[in-house]
Amino acid sequence: MAKTRKRSISYSRWGYFFLAPFFIVYLLCALIPLLSTFYNSFFENYRVGLTQVGPTYVGLSNFVKIFTESHVDVYALNTIILWVLNFIPQILVSLLLAVWFSSSSMNLKGQQFFKTVIYMPNLIMASAFAMLFFALFSDGGPINSILMNAKIASDPIRFLSRTDWTRALICMMNFMMWFGNTTILLMSGIMGIDTSLFEAARIDGASSTQTFIKITMPLLLPIFAFVLVTSMIGGIQMFDVPQILTNGNGSPDRTSMTLIMFLNKHLASRNFGLAGAVSVLIFFVTGALSLTLYRIMMSRYSLKSSTN
Amino acid sequence: MGTATAFERPRFIAGTKFFSYSFLILLSAFCVFPFYILLVNSTRMHAEIIKGFSAIPGSSFLQNLKGLLGDQNIPVIRALANSVFISTCCAALTTYFSSMTAYGIYMYRFKVRSFAYNFIIVVMMVPTQVAALGFIRMIIEAKLLDTFWPLIIPAIASPVVFFFMLQYMQSVLPFEIVESARIDGANEFYTFNRIVMPILSPAIAVQAIFSFVGNWNNYFLPALLLNSKNRKTIPVLIAQLRSADYLKFDYGKVYMMICIAIVPLLLIYLILSRYIIRGVTMGSVKG
Repeated sequence: MAKTRKRSISYSRWGYFFLAPFFIVYLLCALIPLLSTFYNSFFENYRVGLTQVGPTYVGLSNFVKIFTESHVDVYALNTIILWVLNFIPQILVSLLLAVWFSSSSMNLKGQQFFKTVIYMPNLIMASAFAMLFFALFSDGGPINSILMNAKIASDPIRFLSRTDWTRALICMMNFMMWFGNTTILLMSGIMGIDTSLFEAARIDGASSTQTFIKITMPLLLPIFAFVLVTSMIGGIQMFDVPQILTNGNGSPDRTSMTLIMFLNKHLASRNFGLAGAVSVLIFFVTGALSLTLYRIMMSRYSLKSSTN
Repeated sequence: MGTATAFERPRFIAGTKFFSYSFLILLSAFCVFPFYILLVNSTRMHAEIIKGFSAIPGSSFLQNLKGLLGDQNIPVIRALANSVFISTCCAALTTYFSSMTAYGIYMYRFKVRSFAYNFIIVVMMVPTQVAALGFIRMIIEAKLLDTFWPLIIPAIASPVVFFFMLQYMQSVLPFEIVESARIDGANEFYTFNRIVMPILSPAIAVQAIFSFVGNWNNYFLPALLLNSKNRKTIPVLIAQLRSADYLKFDYGKVYMMICIAIVPLLLIYLILSRYIIRGVTMGSVKG
């Protein structure tokens, strides 16, 4: 006993060696920059032409400014709208597909094929995908050409000059990119449910709708919540698709400008004060969501250990 | 697993089956359709594309490719090389060092172990964009703007990959293997490189693919950090194409450029799709 303990003590120092690269790099590339971002949010610091203004300590005025002058609330609302309109159809379709794929009585053929196809858009470069949609839906693009040939539209629809269409296109792209991923996550959740529960429900004469509402949904809830919160965190970070589609303008009239697009604009123009204030805001929103996620995951782990 | 049995309601099941196949086929067509137009239009000349859409491919694929590669303003080959280089370095660094970190937490019982673990879990959800401001300022100070270092080095510290590797380690790596290596007198670092890493290779492969894809597609930071022509990566070039005067552009070239950004990865995906799809559920939520 004594010998093993002694040995484990002498080995345990190796832990520092193995952790050192991660912590050195994290400190330099993430933690210090994060603290510096917070620090910068209290300073006025920007450029007008060749003249540099600041840095001057201005307290919380950058935070006031982003709401009063820069309308961050509008961009936050845009982000929420774009996320919600993609998430609702996404979760409904994914849930349906996950139930179908995992149902033994349906016994769907060609599952691997369908999964491969629906997951595919997730790996596509978002910026290239947005550029593709921009080309497809431009005034003289293929979609208008198809619509006009089919006599659905008499004049080209100016998709990217209209708020409803631009938002719809962004949601459609996000839907395409994420529903396959969500389907696979939900499916693994359903597959993890004890099959004897479904068996028991069948013997008791439950209908498939009853089984879904009374057994599948409640047991799927933790994974459902995981998908919801990770999608929300991803939604706050929405950037590539609307940025490329609207060339960074959030056109028409900034109705498709997201929070990160706003951040990007100020980073690119080196307006560090306002960029800092937005970063801090995004940090706290994400933090609140992550905390929720953490609680959910923890309750899931404790649930797991109690059933085992 | 089943929600209703076939012999109870055969007609209902048959109806649902018909509906589900139709829905799945429609959904698949919806996913593939934009890429089909992309491929078709990359084979057609500018004049043909302008005239209207046709489902039949043209014969100008090579001409469009030559036109794009010959364009001095769009250094595609250079951008491809840059993207491949950065993505490969990131995939290698992130898998190796995340495994190393995970091994440190998994294998050793040192003083700050649980603090280190909790720290990594807490910072896992901090989006990179939030610290971008401080990071960019630091890179400007260090005169590393327009170099690849700031895009590659941070890959060493990836909390998400660490978490996946740790979970995998917990399910496949028995302490006894390491103990027996110790008895044989192997150095700890040697044991990690020669015995532990090979055991982890399935998880490393999956994480390397995801990391490669993520960095290949990454647009936010490269767009802010790289500005000279020969340093740009593919997504930055795409953005440049978007901000150029679109009406003056050769559409054949535009579609070809998107093709180059998408198709290589698509081919890799089709070959490895089985592993990639399996990898989606690995670590995130264990069913």
